[in-house]
Amino acid sequence: MTTLRRRSLLTAGAALCAPALPRAQGQARLLVIGGGFGGASAASFACRSYPWLDVTLVEPQPRLITCPYGNLVIAGERRIEEITHGYDGLRARGVRVVQDWAEDVDPVARRVRLRGGDALPYDRLILSPGIAIRFGAIDGYDEAASGTMPHAWIAGDGAQMLLLRRQLEAMPDGGVVGLAIPANPFRCPPGPYERISMIAHYLKRHKPRSKILALDAKDSFSKQALFQDGWTALYPGMIEWVPLAGDGRVVRVDVREGVLETEFGTRHRVDVGNVIPPQSAARIATAAGLTDRTGWVTVDTRTFEARAAPGVHVIGDANIPGPMPKSGFVANSTAKQAVASAAALLRGEAAPEGVYFNTCYSHVGAEFGISVVNIFRPSADGTGIVEVPNSGGVSPRGNLPEQRRLEAGHADDWYRSITADMFR
Amino acid sequence: MSQRHRLALEWGIVGLTFLAIAGPARSQPAPLAAQGCLGCHGPNGAGSGGIPSLAGRDQSELATAMAAFRANERPATIMNRIARGYTEAEIAAAVGYFAGTR
Repeated sequence: MTTLRRRSLLTAGAALCAPALPRAQGQARLLVIGGGFGGASAASFACRSYPWLDVTLVEPQPRLITCPYGNLVIAGERRIEEITHGYDGLRARGVRVVQDWAEDVDPVARRVRLRGGDALPYDRLILSPGIAIRFGAIDGYDEAASGTMPHAWIAGDGAQMLLLRRQLEAMPDGGVVGLAIPANPFRCPPGPYERISMIAHYLKRHKPRSKILALDAKDSFSKQALFQDGWTALYPGMIEWVPLAGDGRVVRVDVREGVLETEFGTRHRVDVGNVIPPQSAARIATAAGLTDRTGWVTVDTRTFEARAAPGVHVIGDANIPGPMPKSGFVANSTAKQAVASAAALLRGEAAPEGVYFNTCYSHVGAEFGISVVNIFRPSADGTGIVEVPNSGGVSPRGNLPEQRRLEAGHADDWYRSITADMFR
Repeated sequence: MSQRHRLALEWGIVGLTFLAIAGPARSQPAPLAAQGCLGCHGPNGAGSGGIPSLAGRDQSELATAMAAFRANERPATIMNRIARGYTEAEIAAAVGYFAGTR
């Protein structure tokens, strides 16, 4: 054997999850699109559990900046480096990481076309592309407007998050921070309210005469009573939440004037505007014809294959799996089910029984954490998802400082654990 | 490269292959029911900060704790809410897995 041949053998083996194994004939190719909570979890779990899979991950960003804990960056409680994760751990395990945009899926030919021109073939596809902002759904809010009034709802390269942070820092004491919050469904249901809390936490210490005006397109929200209890206790008089019924739905923005305009024509002048617009599945899901009229992808609730394209398992915030929230924990949990199903189907076996978990913490204050827990299973007919009766639920209400303090700590511990699970 | 060296190299690869499949370095993946635990308890259930380790703990100890959480008979922040979502079979699979991890 020549040196050259030996090197090419090693190169071929580098894409395998068991790097010591030479590539076998007919090895199954698992292609993962998107390196966020769903995709990174899928690639990591696939390599660890099914060493016979050839796993490739396509992700345009060189590193993942997580949306979870982004609200703490916006509040100055974390540095962005602390929520940034590289893909070297996955590479070391044998995942081939391709830094490029996936443009389109051909589910018949089983190929994904990349912006760089390559077409990657697959035997099973895990599609975890995240969300798209529906620019234009709010009059006056296009991509350019997000450079003045950030959405900070897709982390990307971190620019949106850091822009909102800088605007809060530059705002004079006594200013008004306005938020526009969308109707359901959207990414991270408690996220806007954790953001309100963390902005209030910053303002209370640095700009205590300032106000937060939260304009909401719905009448109730996740962990509502717990959030509102916390706001009353920690930030009295600072936060005004306006529900849909109180004319809370923002229909128009004027970024030059700094105005959020609601359905019945009230124009709210704000000093910092954070517009969280309506969302849909990311563009590639729409381009591939996987989305339904709602803009999200309907999936088989056991295998997570798109109804429109068997062999394409859609996980994370892009799908619309009944009552399951669009959370990082659900993306991680369903990623494993989707990969286990893909592996089983590749071997001609039945997909495993599904059980999906959600544990979602929110920070209300530095020592004030709250949570919601859900355990879900596919419904008996396989078309829906049901929550296990008498399980889960939110943190208890009441004056419970020790519970709140412990849960704030558990939130930090959760973040370390789940990101370790994703990138090992 | 001589014939003898090539043979040695190829047998070396076979040996590595055997190690990769059968060797002790590869820990068994957690059953799917236990995967939910890892989101907070961390890889292999090793724990994280104030969240306790499950790795290597006695099966009956873990099963007893889960039963107490389900019955609201053990102080908890969230485990009481979580434990009620599992079936007996899932708890048995999960505690069996964690008992065997390090």
